[in-house]
Amino acid sequence: MSSSADSVAGDGGSAAPALTRGDVDHLAHLARLDLTDGELDIYVGQLSVILDSVAAVTKVAAADIEPTTHAVPLTNVFRPDVRIPGLTQQQALSGAPSAQDGRFRVPQILGEEQ
Amino acid sequence: MSTSRELTRLTAADLATQVRDGAVSAVEVTQAHLDRIGAVDGDVHAFLHVSGESALAQARTVDDANARGASPASALAGVPLALKDIVVQMGSPATAGSKILQGWMPPYNATVTQRLLDAGIVILGKTNLDEFAMGSSTENSAYGPSRNPWDLTRVPGGSGGGSAAALAAFEAPLAIGTDTGGSIRQPASVTGTVGAKPTYGGVSRYGVIALASSLDQVGPCARTVLDTALLHEVIAGHDPRDSTSIDRPVPRVVDAVRRGQTDGVAGMKIGVVKELQGEGYQSGVMQSFNAAVAALTAAGAEIVEVSCPHFEYALAAYYLILPSECSSNLARFDAMRYGLRVGDIASGGSLVSAEDVMAATRGAGFGAEVKRRIILGTYALSAGYYDAYYGSALKVRTLIRQDFENAYAAADVLISPASPVTAFRLGEKVDDPMAMYLNDLATIPGSLAGIPAMSVPSGIASDTRLPVGLQIMGPALGEEQMYRVAAAFEAGYVATHGAVVADAAPELEVRT
Repeated sequence: MSSSADSVAGDGGSAAPALTRGDVDHLAHLARLDLTDGELDIYVGQLSVILDSVAAVTKVAAADIEPTTHAVPLTNVFRPDVRIPGLTQQQALSGAPSAQDGRFRVPQILGEEQ
Repeated sequence: MSTSRELTRLTAADLATQVRDGAVSAVEVTQAHLDRIGAVDGDVHAFLHVSGESALAQARTVDDANARGASPASALAGVPLALKDIVVQMGSPATAGSKILQGWMPPYNATVTQRLLDAGIVILGKTNLDEFAMGSSTENSAYGPSRNPWDLTRVPGGSGGGSAAALAAFEAPLAIGTDTGGSIRQPASVTGTVGAKPTYGGVSRYGVIALASSLDQVGPCARTVLDTALLHEVIAGHDPRDSTSIDRPVPRVVDAVRRGQTDGVAGMKIGVVKELQGEGYQSGVMQSFNAAVAALTAAGAEIVEVSCPHFEYALAAYYLILPSECSSNLARFDAMRYGLRVGDIASGGSLVSAEDVMAATRGAGFGAEVKRRIILGTYALSAGYYDAYYGSALKVRTLIRQDFENAYAAADVLISPASPVTAFRLGEKVDDPMAMYLNDLATIPGSLAGIPAMSVPSGIASDTRLPVGLQIMGPALGEEQMYRVAAAFEAGYVATHGAVVADAAPELEVRT
């Protein structure tokens, strides 16, 4: 099995589009995931191999097949609308990387000009 | 008075009886297992955290109740257990095998944890796993791999390799696993132990750190089928805190085991799945499987061959569904409310915005396999690809479910090898994700269909001299016939070989 990006791009008849380094970089940004250059190099090849292996799935099922998510289908799962005890404020904050005045302290969310 | 070593060799059922009868105290049983962990876990590394003090306190509660003459909290009161470190327990750190959760103390108990404690089961500690349960060897754990007690140079399977290794090393008679694509069954198979994945929704997922929500299921693990069934009945049952939990009576799996032990499998139809053998299956595994088929035939079962043509696409569908769901689930690790945070300028770093801190934290906190699957899932769920990938995979799931339904029209249960190979060497497959994924070839179809499935040891492979697992799959909610066949098979094995497979594991060097 090849793991180099070059050979994947050269695979004839492959159903899945081979990912480029730019694609993986963009996906990592969407997933809020910093990757090193070394990681990018490895993932470009590996992800293309995996996508190539799973591409068959896209051609198996006819359009009228219903999707399955649960072995025993359940719908409209309700419970009584009653108050039950939850975490205390102290418990909820107990694992916070940073807390202040009984609240989660987080880095800046909005930019300077927003 | 039993010696410490004898206590760790007993089954959970026998330990519970001895505690109930006052032959031994729960504290002595617990201490014996803590001593065993101290003696061998340096080599096995089944545990990420050992909760000695709280375990002994739980054991004392059981002994105090016994002394008062109270009836036991359950059929397993006073028996120690190893908890996979993806199920949260208050007062015990939960890592899911990831650096991103290092040092996190969960502020609540999972429903499964609460049921164990209410049953008087003693939780010894948290066991190792592949990071967020992604893997088949525990080599993706951020805290180093566990080792297979049958051969310390080999993996104990994964993701629940720590729980399986703890059983095989006689560090605990009971363990909890979680199974998304085979993480209970494949480790059981390669360690000569028993592990069952209930019907999806059979056990609450509340307090279980999510991998792929439409596949994750908690299940019982032990060295015998009866112990597994006893634990199954403790943890199963409806939970209003999990909206996918099935609101029906818990299957009577202990009765089913007794029936299998006495009545065997006479009159039952057992289907051999044509697609779950052949290429990719080690010859020693197939020999053991064929011997199991012969034993079940001799025990009176009617063997039928069944064909499930869409199983061919199971692995591919799984590796779209799983990354999609996990990329979504793992978005919660955002460095804001709990877990790791790196680079924040307020803590001496250089990053100002929440977005940059989030990306830096996730880049530093997640391991290679987790990152690989997050990116793959982000791709499969992105605009223009959702229908083609995730949507198609869910439809393939329907075709696989229909294959199972057709097969169950011809058979009461289906069987196959649980793992295509016996335990492989540490490092052998870490650099080849697709080779690693193939370990779940036999277990993934059952995961996609949501049916109950378990691995029970079928013997020792003639080629590698390592344990092999027989997978028994029941129809949805068909745990009872599954356990009956497992118990009958095990009883036949014990009658021939004198003991269950786990009892033949080599002695480990004891360090003091």
